[in-house]
Amino acid sequence: MPEVGSVVLPGDVITDLKGSESSGKTVLGPGLRIDSQNVQDERNEIVVCKPGILRHRDPNVYWVDSHQKRYIPTKGDSIIGIVTIKSGDNFRVDIGSNELASLSYLAFEGATKRNRPDVKIGDLVYARIVVANKDMEPEIVCIDSMGRSSGLGVIREGGFLLHCSLNLVRKILSKECPLLKLLGSTLPYETAIGMNGRIWIKGRSTVETITIINAIEKSEFSSNEQIKAMVRQTMDHLSGF
Amino acid sequence: MEAKQKAKANLSKHLLQMKFMQRSALRVQKEEYEQDKCIDDEHWKRDIVVLKPKQNKFVLEPSYTYCEELRFGRMSHKGFNPEIEKLMTTQDRDLDLVRAEEHEKETSVNDEEMAKRYSSLVGTIAKKFTKRQNEKPVDSDESEEGEIMASVRNSKKKRYTYSVTSEKHIERKQKYVKQKT
Repeated sequence: MPEVGSVVLPGDVITDLKGSESSGKTVLGPGLRIDSQNVQDERNEIVVCKPGILRHRDPNVYWVDSHQKRYIPTKGDSIIGIVTIKSGDNFRVDIGSNELASLSYLAFEGATKRNRPDVKIGDLVYARIVVANKDMEPEIVCIDSMGRSSGLGVIREGGFLLHCSLNLVRKILSKECPLLKLLGSTLPYETAIGMNGRIWIKGRSTVETITIINAIEKSEFSSNEQIKAMVRQTMDHLSGF
Repeated sequence: MEAKQKAKANLSKHLLQMKFMQRSALRVQKEEYEQDKCIDDEHWKRDIVVLKPKQNKFVLEPSYTYCEELRFGRMSHKGFNPEIEKLMTTQDRDLDLVRAEEHEKETSVNDEEMAKRYSSLVGTIAKKFTKRQNEKPVDSDESEEGEIMASVRNSKKKRYTYSVTSEKHIERKQKYVKQKT
C-alpha cells in the first residue's frame, strides 16, 4: 500500500483510505479509479491510473498529483480557449484538449437571439466547462448559473498568452503559493488563468508583462522561499537596481 | 352540481383546445393532474419494497479545483481592473463561508445525534439527582423551604417599601395642595 506523499504508478492498488466521519465516504480525485472488477464483491480496491504523487486532504479527499501537459476537460474547470470556428449558433473553441469545445452564442452575459455577442475568430475566451464527457465534445459557457459573467467572457485588451504545464497552473492557483500576490504587491496587472495550461497576463507595459511572465515560468520548480527571493530580485531589476 | 361537473369533465378535447376555452382547459388539466397525484401517492406507498441502499463508499471527483482547493483564475492586482477586483473580494468571502460551513458539518454533531445523546444524558442526570435525594433528602427539602421563605421575605419587603413610598407621595401631594390653597 503506497503512502500519501509517495510516488504511485498506474496499476498500483490502494487500500485503507480514510472516509469522512459523518458519512463514511471517501472522495477520489483525478488519477484514482474504483476497480470495476471488484465493484460487485464490495472489496474496496482503488487503482491508480496516473503516474504521480498520491495526495490527501483532510478529511477524506485523495488524488494523484501528476505532471501533465495535455489537458483533459473536466466539468467545472475555468479555462482559456481560442475561438477557431464560427458555425451558426455555436463557436468552436480550442481549449487544448483532443477536441474543440462548443460555445453557444447565447452563453454570454446579456446575449439574446437578437443581440449577439461580439466574438471574432482568434479571440480569447475565459470560460467554464459545463459538459465534459469522454464520449462527447466538451461544452463551455461564459456565464454562471445566474446568467452573470462573473469574470468570464471574451478577453480582448492585448496582454500575453502563456502556454505552460498543467502543474504550473495548479501550483500558482493554490492557496499556499505567494507568487501572484507578491507580484501584485508591486506591479498592477490583470490575469486570467485557465486550468488547461494557459495563462493570460496583462501588465501596464510590455516590459512589465514580460517580467511577470518570466517570473511565472521560473516559479514552476521552486519552493515558496525561492519564489519570494526571485520576485524580490526581479522587481529590483525592473526598477533599475 | 354533479351534473355540471360531469358536463365539464366531458368537454371534448377539440373544444378545450379552442382559445376561449383555455382557462377551463387549464383547470381540467390541473384537476386531472391532482387526481393522478393522489392515485400516485397511494400507488407508490403500496409498492415500496425496502431495498438496501447499495453501499458505495466512494465519490468520484474528477476536478483538481475541488481537490486542491484552487482559487478562481481571474485576478487583478493594485486596481488594474476594479471590476475583477470587486469580484475577487466577494468570491473570497463566499468561498470562506462555504468552507467554514463544510468544516462545521464535518466536525459538528448533527441534530439526530444530538437528540440521541441528550436523551441518554437526561437519563444519567436524572439518576444523579435521584441518588442525591436518596442520600440526603432532608437537606434538599430544607434548602428548598429556605429559598421559598427568603423569596417571600423579599417580596414582603418590596411591598412594604412600595407602600411607604406611596404614603410619602400622598403626603407630599397633600402638602402641595394645602400650600396652593
